[in-house]
Amino acid sequence: MTHWFSRDIRRGKSVHQAKERLKLVLIHDRTNINPETLEKLKEELLEVISRHVDIDSEKVKIKVNQSGREQKLIADIPLKTTYLHRKY
Amino acid sequence: MGSTVLTITSGKGGVGKTTATANIGIALAELGKKVVCIDSDIGLRNLDVVMGLENRVVYDLVNIVEGRCKARQAMIRDKRTPELYLIPAAQTRDKSAVSADDMVKICNELRPEFDWIIIDSPAGIERGFINAIAPADQILVITNPDVSAVRDADRIIGLIEAEQKGPIELIINRLDPFLVKKGDMLDADDILELLAIKLIGIVPEDEHVVISTNRGQPVVLDPKSKAGQAFKNIARRLLGEEVPFVNLEEKGDFFSKLFGRTH
Repeated sequence: MTHWFSRDIRRGKSVHQAKERLKLVLIHDRTNINPETLEKLKEELLEVISRHVDIDSEKVKIKVNQSGREQKLIADIPLKTTYLHRKY
Repeated sequence: MGSTVLTITSGKGGVGKTTATANIGIALAELGKKVVCIDSDIGLRNLDVVMGLENRVVYDLVNIVEGRCKARQAMIRDKRTPELYLIPAAQTRDKSAVSADDMVKICNELRPEFDWIIIDSPAGIERGFINAIAPADQILVITNPDVSAVRDADRIIGLIEAEQKGPIELIINRLDPFLVKKGDMLDADDILELLAIKLIGIVPEDEHVVISTNRGQPVVLDPKSKAGQAFKNIARRLLGEEVPFVNLEEKGDFFSKLFGRTH
């Protein structure tokens, strides 16, 4: 019993792995976006955006989300607050 | 009353296309519909043996295409059910012997005579698959609860959408409730979340399928089989009936029956 229990914790149920792996594989199959492309995209996006506005590049998140059979590129880009630098 | 061309496809081989075609065909015929099943897997004929009609094959699909016989002559009548026919695939030819236009033409010829024309698609994403979906009014994608079958189902759904065919519905075949309960098999909900298409039926793993296929008597003819029951339910849903999904729990007690999810 102990053996079974610890093994389950260590490994997790195999169905979770199946689902997580499938999620990633399907996103790649459907969009042809791999982690490398996503990273490159992120860099270039940051470069363009920061030319116009101040952004908190540490907190930027870019990912592909599934919504039904559609894939969406979700970019979460926090802006730096500028009022601190303003003179009133 | 119009006729419906229904194509059963999967991407991956061996997930149960032919078994599903035979069983759904028989179930629809038993519900009083006039049905013809077409084996479109040229070169790998199989629907005839699964239906137990292999000894009566004279002409095949390619013979019709080449004008050697009329569609009616190639049809084998299944004597177990009121109005069920089979058009077998050619065994000695390859996929190039039939085109998508040929399939559309043959189906149009059959439409006035039948309520349901069911096409058993070959595995794969090539020409044979494209031919099989070309005449379809409705498509059933069949998968198993494993990573490779689900991945291929997703690919095939994408290709069907790209061909602008549909509506598409999903059959999950060979689901083992015991493995699901143990956390070692994808559940119907997991698969539906990933594939994001409508479900038409869940067929449980059932040894009756192997036994009945050995005998050439599709499992839907066995009243004790759970898989047979699931195929009957799919047929009724195809006819627009609201059939509740059967609970697949091995032996649920009163509370799990009451509160557990049902398929």
